[in-house]
Amino acid sequence: MKSLFYYLIFPGFLFSASIGLFAGWVDRKITARIQWRRGPPWHQNFTDILKLLGKEVIVPQGAKTTFLLSPYLGLLSLALVAKFLGESILFPLQGFAGDLIVVLYLLTIPAIAMVVGASASGNPLASVGASREMKLVLAYELPFILSVIAVIIKSGGAIQLGEILNHQINFGSNIASASGLLAFFTAIFCMQAKLGFVPFDASEAEQEIMAGVLIEYSGLPLAIFKLTKAIMLYVMPLFMIVLFLGKDLNPFFLIGKYIAILIIIILLKNTNPRLRIDQALRFFWGAPALLAIIAIALALFGL
Amino acid sequence: MDLKTRALTKSIWVFHVSAGSCNNCDIEILDCFTPRFDVERFGIQLVGSVRHADALLITGAMNRKAVPRMKKIYAQAPKPCVVVAVGQCALSQHMFRDSYNVGEPLDKILPVDLYVPGCPPKPEAIIAGIVKLVNKIRNKK
Repeated sequence: MKSLFYYLIFPGFLFSASIGLFAGWVDRKITARIQWRRGPPWHQNFTDILKLLGKEVIVPQGAKTTFLLSPYLGLLSLALVAKFLGESILFPLQGFAGDLIVVLYLLTIPAIAMVVGASASGNPLASVGASREMKLVLAYELPFILSVIAVIIKSGGAIQLGEILNHQINFGSNIASASGLLAFFTAIFCMQAKLGFVPFDASEAEQEIMAGVLIEYSGLPLAIFKLTKAIMLYVMPLFMIVLFLGKDLNPFFLIGKYIAILIIIILLKNTNPRLRIDQALRFFWGAPALLAIIAIALALFGL
Repeated sequence: MDLKTRALTKSIWVFHVSAGSCNNCDIEILDCFTPRFDVERFGIQLVGSVRHADALLITGAMNRKAVPRMKKIYAQAPKPCVVVAVGQCALSQHMFRDSYNVGEPLDKILPVDLYVPGCPPKPEAIIAGIVKLVNKIRNKK
């Protein structure tokens, strides 16, 4: 009963979705201000979701059952990640061994859900988007996991979120060391790609392949995909905080760090053009992967 | 006014259809999204896929090739969905009325909710039209 509450309400689904939607508004507002516009009111993203719930759901002819199931897959797994991360911050010692690895797996599921949903829709543009999404997953997972490994080595081989936090509380944040800084730098780019933001939004390129993977979705499934994106915008910065900035985690500092990472994401988004998918692949397997490997080497030497 | 209508009128996602226009109205539609007019203040967004659309902005004189495609696009849009005719061509086919390549005018083919006249209409006119449409939808339900 208690874990159901954690999953559905407080650190889990409802809380993370509200924070994520609000963060989505912050993103839109700052983007608007950068472009010298006014920007939407604060409740805009909530209104969008509410509106989508009231729209007709169209299932294209020839779509498989996975077309309607896959959005839930992504949402449920991300809500679980939100629960794990929230619990590891609230009660660092209650987690189970290896929850870091579970979180890593669960964080890939939304991308897979999108690929499955897009392929099930049978739309040619969606399949272009799906193939791009797959390539992007291949591209960013390597440096992302390498940078997480650097953190694991840095925290003395701990594969539990609570232990990593404890290590940072005792010995200082990971970002304060050379290896941690390099790994953080890599992870920021991977986070951008995981969120599907510019410069790595080739799979959803609105202007060229018309929303790509989401092209056939309308109404409720589209709302669920938007919610998944929103929770991603809450979960990924929080994951960064747990891995790299875990020294002071009282609510004030936590919110400050979250906003700082959010602003990094938004500025990256607004100052870069979209990369072609081959450029993104070459980018991720080049400099960030190398940086992450250097970070692992440095961590092995204890730097 | 119920919550659904309220949410719908606060977040209108617009899909832009060109049915053989001269590209002038299309540029004026894009002007609405620029910093000077910024319709994102009202939650209006341009979307790439017709499945996400709440409003179809149709420009152009509806030539014979465009008519079946226009019907298809309207059928693809999830309801409730409004149709907005932007520009004199979409309203009355303008100078192309008796031309060999245009068929029926737009409102004989689709149920049009709003007409924005002008060649091309100013962005102010488009925004004023959208506001009138929003008020109409809100008062109807």
